[in-house]
Parts: sequence; structure tokens; C-alpha cells
Amino acid sequence: MLPASFALLQEAAGVAHPLAGTAARWMWALPLLPLLGFVINGALSIVSAYHAGPADPGAHPHDAHPSVEERHEAHTGHDVTGGGAHGDDHHVVVRHRFAGLATIIGPGVMVLAFGLAVAIFAAMRGAGDAALHTPFVQRYFEWMPVGDLRIDAAFQLDQLSMVMILVITGVGMLIHLFSVGYMQDDPSYPRYFAYLNLFVAFMLVLVMGASYPVMFVGWEGVGLCSYLLIGFWYLDKANADAGKKAFIMNRIGDFGFLVAMFMLYANIGTLEFEGVRAQATALGPSVVTWICLFFFLGCTGKSAQIPLYTWLPDAMAGPTPVSALIHAATMVTAGVYLIARSNFLFSLSPVASLTVVVIGALTAIFAASIGLKQWDIKKVLAYSTVSQLGYMFIGVGSGAYVSGVFHLVTHAFFKALLFLGSGSVIFAMHRAYHATHSAEDAQDMRNMGGLRRYMPWTFWLMLAATLAIAGFPPFAGFFSKDAILGTVFLRARESTLADAHWLGIPGNIILYACYVLGLAAAFMTAVYMTRMLIYTFLGPNRSGERERDFLGEAPWIMTGPLLVLGVLSVAGGWLNLPESIPIGRVGLLEHWLDPVVGESTLRITHGAAVEASSTIEYSLIGAAVLIALAGIVVAWVMLRPERLVPKREARQEEGFERVLANKYYVDEIYDDAVVQPTVGVSRNLLWEGIDQGLIDNVMVKYIGTGVPRLFGWLGSQLQSGQVGTYAWVLVVGVLFVLGAFTIR
Amino acid sequence: MQPTLPLFYTFNFYVFGIVAIIAAVLFVTRRSPVAAAMWLVTTMFALAALYIMMDAQFIGAIQVLVYAGAIMVVFLFVIMLLNLGQPSDVADARGRGWKLVAAAIGVAMLAQIFALTRAHVQPSIPPGYLARQIEYTGVIAPVAGPLFNEYLLAFEVTSVLLLAAVVGAVVLGRRRTAVEDAADAR
Amino acid sequence: MLAEALFFSAVLFTIGVVGVLTRRNAIIVFMCVELMLNAVNLSFVAFSQVYGVAGQVFVFFVMTVAAAEAAVGLAIIIALFRHRQTVNLQNINLLKG
Repeated sequence: MLPASFALLQEAAGVAHPLAGTAARWMWALPLLPLLGFVINGALSIVSAYHAGPADPGAHPHDAHPSVEERHEAHTGHDVTGGGAHGDDHHVVVRHRFAGLATIIGPGVMVLAFGLAVAIFAAMRGAGDAALHTPFVQRYFEWMPVGDLRIDAAFQLDQLSMVMILVITGVGMLIHLFSVGYMQDDPSYPRYFAYLNLFVAFMLVLVMGASYPVMFVGWEGVGLCSYLLIGFWYLDKANADAGKKAFIMNRIGDFGFLVAMFMLYANIGTLEFEGVRAQATALGPSVVTWICLFFFLGCTGKSAQIPLYTWLPDAMAGPTPVSALIHAATMVTAGVYLIARSNFLFSLSPVASLTVVVIGALTAIFAASIGLKQWDIKKVLAYSTVSQLGYMFIGVGSGAYVSGVFHLVTHAFFKALLFLGSGSVIFAMHRAYHATHSAEDAQDMRNMGGLRRYMPWTFWLMLAATLAIAGFPPFAGFFSKDAILGTVFLRARESTLADAHWLGIPGNIILYACYVLGLAAAFMTAVYMTRMLIYTFLGPNRSGERERDFLGEAPWIMTGPLLVLGVLSVAGGWLNLPESIPIGRVGLLEHWLDPVVGESTLRITHGAAVEASSTIEYSLIGAAVLIALAGIVVAWVMLRPERLVPKREARQEEGFERVLANKYYVDEIYDDAVVQPTVGVSRNLLWEGIDQGLIDNVMVKYIGTGVPRLFGWLGSQLQSGQVGTYAWVLVVGVLFVLGAFTIR
Repeated sequence: MQPTLPLFYTFNFYVFGIVAIIAAVLFVTRRSPVAAAMWLVTTMFALAALYIMMDAQFIGAIQVLVYAGAIMVVFLFVIMLLNLGQPSDVADARGRGWKLVAAAIGVAMLAQIFALTRAHVQPSIPPGYLARQIEYTGVIAPVAGPLFNEYLLAFEVTSVLLLAAVVGAVVLGRRRTAVEDAADAR
Repeated sequence: MLAEALFFSAVLFTIGVVGVLTRRNAIIVFMCVELMLNAVNLSFVAFSQVYGVAGQVFVFFVMTVAAAEAAVGLAIIIALFRHRQTVNLQNINLLKG
């Protein structure tokens, strides 16, 4: 039996793809460039660790005076657990000895990769839409030929991966540039860029893989880099713990990914995207549903959805640019990408799709409500990210794959901007507190306030991003969020999802409910984002008298990328204008992605194109805008920055506020329900019971010493020195040997 | 092997075989070493007859010469030298229980051997080939040919073995000198 | 006659084994070993009828080894007897370390 992939290979060899011979033939260089950067930066980091001298005080983990590194880093990217004692008073800023080289290589490879990505994009545009109905697959070598299973190391270029490549290399390049400023004084500067480069390499493998296993390599690789970067300042135990938490929760999700792959192989014998797409309809409905649900379990881990979302807020322990790149713009959207990539599977299973929608909607509102009462500026953004990822899942779950990817792209723009902006703020706050040797929390919004006067650029850019995420027209988030909510509403009226039942509830009711939840989450989004903006930039300054003199705008290497992201956040909506708002060419992204997802979208809508009367469409848009405006106004009216006091004087929250500030106690519940029982069973049963009791005592002490002694005694009794005894033993042995042959 | 054999031949084959077995049983059960040795000699003669009946005349002759003639004589010599001709006072054989167990082991071993030799024999030479060869070249040449061609090295090594045996026997068997005893005593 | 010869061989061998197991006189045990060797020789000769003359060559070697063995073994027995004044294996436990 020939695997379907083999046929594909023949096809690829026989008929030249329109992209063959264009810049797309260099696509293997896309992940290789950051990988090269990783190798060089990693080598620099290792070399400096071996020659640890005064030039790099922190490159040596076992330095006799780790306090310099630890304290400094604890300031720069503050740990998530809140106030730590920063008694640092003799810190001398010393740049890494290889900082200059790492500065050139780290962002340099990203610039090259982005340039190549643009060139490939141009080639795809040049080839014409009509010619690109099949993806451009490059096979490099046979990776796992095992029996019928044949997995090639192959990359695939199509419209969807192109979008992702542009986002990853583009936003990634900007964040690399930002990092040059943000991390300039870090003792482990080359190590940082090594990890960041490696992350981009793996992320590109993830989106370019031509089969699920290759994608899984990237999937695991970005998880590794995420772990490394969350725990980048590993001398602080909280950071290392946050890294472990992210890693372990992601493994739970990866289990789902693996099971889904196994089921795919068991049922159709191929794991290549094109092969699966061709044979997906041959799968039974329940099999498809299970495969999709297991894939979605992987998504909930990687993309921080209920129930596996708790790692993402803790992941803010990493440097802020990392939060921007990995935990907002790219890696956490891998789950959305996976579902968009597997649209041919999910569109076959209304139940699984409804699950995605419901989980997405619940996560959106749940995380948004937590975001209302967070004080740490990065925590607000983290929960906002979880919430926005929920939106993307509503989109891809309801079969609006284009809208989901559209929101992914715009979210990458404005959330990267928000994170980098908050990075600028933290950078300034930290610098100020550092100058005065204050031990205050540089990330707590209660310690900020009025920063608009000190960093106007950052303020205006953050304002743009806030309006974008709140869904205020004509910023990017308005179009993408509206597209998602509008589609859910339309799907509730007419689609395979609406006809299906989910846990006995009719699909259309669920979709309407999710629409309402989405609107509510949008309202909360507007509220908490406005709150963040007000507390950070408006009102009186609460940083402290002495610190005020040190507040100021970050260097241009940091503000520059912000500016670019600001433009994208404002104008990103033009990528996919709805037909109802024709202020430019409409539906660019929709048209672009049509070869990838068009078929599946039609399958969900019973073969009819998405259409709605303009009355409904305009009322939906109106509702969304009203909700956004209402959120902003409510926040504006209710919040009084004048009343706010610095963190050290703040009162405790009470009632429901407290529940929100403590994130619904989900971490505590998980701790009690999962972690503690596991630890208890491990300690009491596995360790003390089985390991110490059974193995150490019973087996080692009694059996382990008793049985050898018994045999020793028996053996010594046989050693009589009598030849006759030996003859007997020998003959009995011969009997056994002959007996073995006889029985055989 | 010829497909049909004269009855006389078969009869004699059985006779010698049964003689060999009976003599062996008697050999094992005699208490006197000299009697045992004599019964063993009988077994060997019977075996020599069997060899000759199976177209191994040369081996049969050697059997008589080496085993019955030389080795058994050495045994008898030693018995005589050590004055072991009478049944010894200490128990020579084991008790009844041990004998029964040994018999059981013997039966089990026989059963296993029979079970294992059920395999069908695929002859690699045609029937009567050995006999025809002997007719053409005499009884020694069929053995001597391979012995001095294919197995020449083994044959030469055998001479080394015999030399070693001779030296070993002499060293072990000689009486220790007074000087040596004195040296050991020190 | 192959089957009969093999049957005799097996029986003789087993008698030799039983002898080794039951007797305690070193010389008789030794002779039992010789009997076992002879039993094997019978098998070799029997098989040489169907597998070629190599079996007989092997018997030749076995006899040589048996002769050497008898020489050395009996010398050992003599040395032993000189030392202990007995050839009863029950009284000899030199193998005990």
C-alpha cells in the first residue's frame, strides 16, 4: 500500500509548482537563519561563561557574588509574585563583553529572515492567486520511514503559513530590535538573543511544517524556548517555577496533540496535511470529533485556554519583550494556527467546533474579568492575551477561520505594542527606582500614574493600542473582533454548527450565548484597558518624589519598533475590510486565504457564501462599537486616579473584588485538587510506601540480602569437595539441558 | 546400508550388542575391581565385533589393540600395583536410595535420548558405499585418507597430547625424593 | 543396523552414567567413564555408515585421547593412593577450596 504522501511526492516531482524557481525555493533558509543566530549567540554565551571575568559578571552562574546579577535582573523584569526586597545599592552596570556582536547577529538574522519572507511573499503575489491552489512543498530527507509510516522532513508554503511567517518574522524582528535596548545591561545578553533566535527558528518550523509531526517539532521547540525564556532569570526561584509550570502544563496539552496524531495515523495512515485533507472525509464522524478534541486539548495548553491557561499569567516572569513575542504575538497563537491549519478536520465535526467556541468564549469572559482587578501592568496584559486568544478560538471554532487568523494578526500587532509599551514603562520605572535604590515594585500600576508627562511617545502609542484592543473604530482590533462576533451571530442563524447539538443543547443557542459572552468580554476588555491606561499614564504621579526626576522616555531603539507597531495597530484593519465598510479594498485576507480554508468554510455554511442583510450587519457593528464605547466611558467615569495611593499604602480588596484580584483562586484550586494530591501520593505512597517500604525494606533488605544468602548457603553445602557430588550435579544439569531440547 | 541383510548378520549383530550390554551391567555391579575390569574387557570385545560388522574393520582392530589390549591392561596393572584386587572394606557403592535415584536418572536420560534421536536421518552417502570402498582399497585406506589429509593437523596435535600424557604420567607416578620432602617440610 | 547400534550406544552410555553415580571406587568410576567413551564411539561408527568415514576418524582421535587420559588418570590415582592409602572417593575431598 502506497502512502498518500508518496503520490503527493510524485505529483510534486512531475508537475512543477508555480512557486518552484522563485524566491520561495529559499524557504528552508527562513528557520535556518535564526537557527544560525542561535548557534552563534549561544557560542558567545558559552565562551564568555568559560572566560568569566570582570567583563561579564553574571555570565557565570556560580559566580561568587550572584547578588549583582540577581538583584539587577529582578528589577529589570520584575517577578510576577509582586514585591520583592530590592536592597541593591552597589550595582555597577557593565555590558556584556560580546554585547556588540550579539546586537549585530541577534536582530541581524531577523532582518534577513524578514527580508526573505517579504521576497517570498512577493513571489507568491507574483505567481497569481489562481495558480496557488496547492501548497508548495519542499522535501529535504526521509525523517522517519517506519513500516507504512513515512514522515519526511518537509516544509510547506501556502497562504496561511505565509501570513504566519510574515507575522513571526516581522513582529519578531521589531521585538528583537526593542530587546537591544531593553536588555542592554543584562549580564546574559548573548544568551537572551540565543534563546530568542532559537524560538523564532522553532516557530517558523511550526508554521512551515508540511505534516503534523514536523509541526510538532516546532510545537515542542517553542515550548522549550518559552520555558527557557520564562526562567531566563533563573536565580530567582519564582521565575524558575513559572518556567516549570508553563512547561508542565504544556505537556498536558501535548499529550492531546500526540494522541490526535496517533489516531490520525491509525485511521488514515498519513500525517501530511495534504494527505489528511484529501482523506479527511473518509473518517467516521465520531473519529473526527475525537481527533479534533485531542488536537484542541493541545491548543488549550499552548494557547492558554480553560483549563490549562494558568501558566500564561505566570509566564510574565520572563523579560517583557519575551512576553510580547512569545506569550502574546506568536507562540500562544499556535493553537489557533493549528485549528486553522486543520480546518479540513474541524469543519467535519460540528461538536468539536462547538467545543472550541464554548471554551473560547468562556476563556474570553473569564480572563477578561480577572484582568479587571489586576495591579501588575503585565498581568493585566497577560489576562488580556488569554481573553483575546479566546476570541480567536471563537472565530476558528465557528468556522470563521479567516476572522480567527485576522484577529491573530491584528492581535499580534497591538498586543506586541502593548507589551513593548509596558516594557518601556517598566524600563523607565525600574531605571528611576534603581537610581534611588528604592525597593518599590516597578510593575505595579499603583506606583505609576501620570507617566504621560514623562514618556509622551509611549503614551500615545499605548493609547492607539488600547483603542485597537477595545475594538474602537477604525483601529485594527475593531475590524477583527467585529468579524469574529459577526460571524458567530451569522453561524447561529445558519450553519452545520447551529444544527448540531452540544451536550444536548442546540448549537444555535450555544452560538447566540457565545455571541453575548463575546460582547460582554469586549465590554470588559474596554474597561480594563482603559483602567490600565488611566492608572499608568493619567492622574498624578505616585512613583515618589525623588524618582520623578529619573523618569523619561526609553531610547529610540525601543521607541522605534513601538512606532512601527503603532502604525500597524491603527492600519491593520485594512488587511480585511468587511464589505459593509468599503473604505478600501475589501476582504484582502479572506481572498488570500480562500485556497486554504474556503472549502471548509463552505462546508460549515451548507455551501452558501456568508451573507447577511446589511441591516443585521450594521446593527452588529453598531452593537460592537457601542459596547466598546460603553466600556471606555464606564472606566473613565468610575476610576479616579486621584484616589489611588502607591502600593505600599493600598488597602486590601474586599468581596468580589478580592476574588477577581486573586484570579478566582484557580491556582489555589489546581494546587489543592491536582498538585497537592499528586505530591501527597508521590510522597506517601510512591516514595515512602513503595520506594522506601517495599523496595528498600522488603526487597533490598529481606529479599535482596536473604535470597543471595540462601543461595550462598545452598551453594556452599554443595561444595563438599566430593567428586561424586559434582558428578551428580553435572548429570542433573545434563538432564535439564537434554530436557530443554526434548521439550522444544 | 544394504536394504536387506542376511538373517545371520542381523542375528550376530543383536548377539554382540546384547553381550555388550549384559557385560556392561555386570561390570558396573561387580564389587571386585578385577572382575569389573574383566567384564569391561568383554564389553569392548563385543563392541569391536560390532565395529567390524559396521564396515569399520580398522577401528575394530584398534579397539581390540588399544582399549582391550593396552588401556585395560594398564587398569589391571594399577589395580594390581595398589593391591586393590579385593573388594574394599569401606563402602564402595552408594546406598540403596542413591542407587534407586541413579537408576531413575538413568531411565530419564535414556528416555530423553530416545526422544531426541527420533529425527529422521538424511544419509549423505549412498547405501553400501563404505563397503564398496573397502572392496577397492582395503580396510585401512578409507580411514587413512582423511586422517592424513583433512585431519593432518589434528593428527599431529595428538602426538603432542600423547607426549604430554607421557610426561604427566611419569611425573605424577614417580616417588618423591627425600630432598623434596625436606623442602616441603620446611 | 543404525537404529540398533544407536540403541546399544544409548544403553551403554546410560549404564556408564549410572556407574559413575553409584560407585565410589576411583578406578571403577574411571572405567565407567571409559565405558561412556566407548558408547559414544559406537554411535560414531554407526553414523559413519550413513555420513561418511569421518566418524571413524573421530573414533580414532577419541581412542587416542582416552589412552592419554588413562595414562594420566591412573598416574593421578597412584599418586593419590600414595598420599591417602585409599582410592575411595568418599575419603577424597581435595576439591574443597
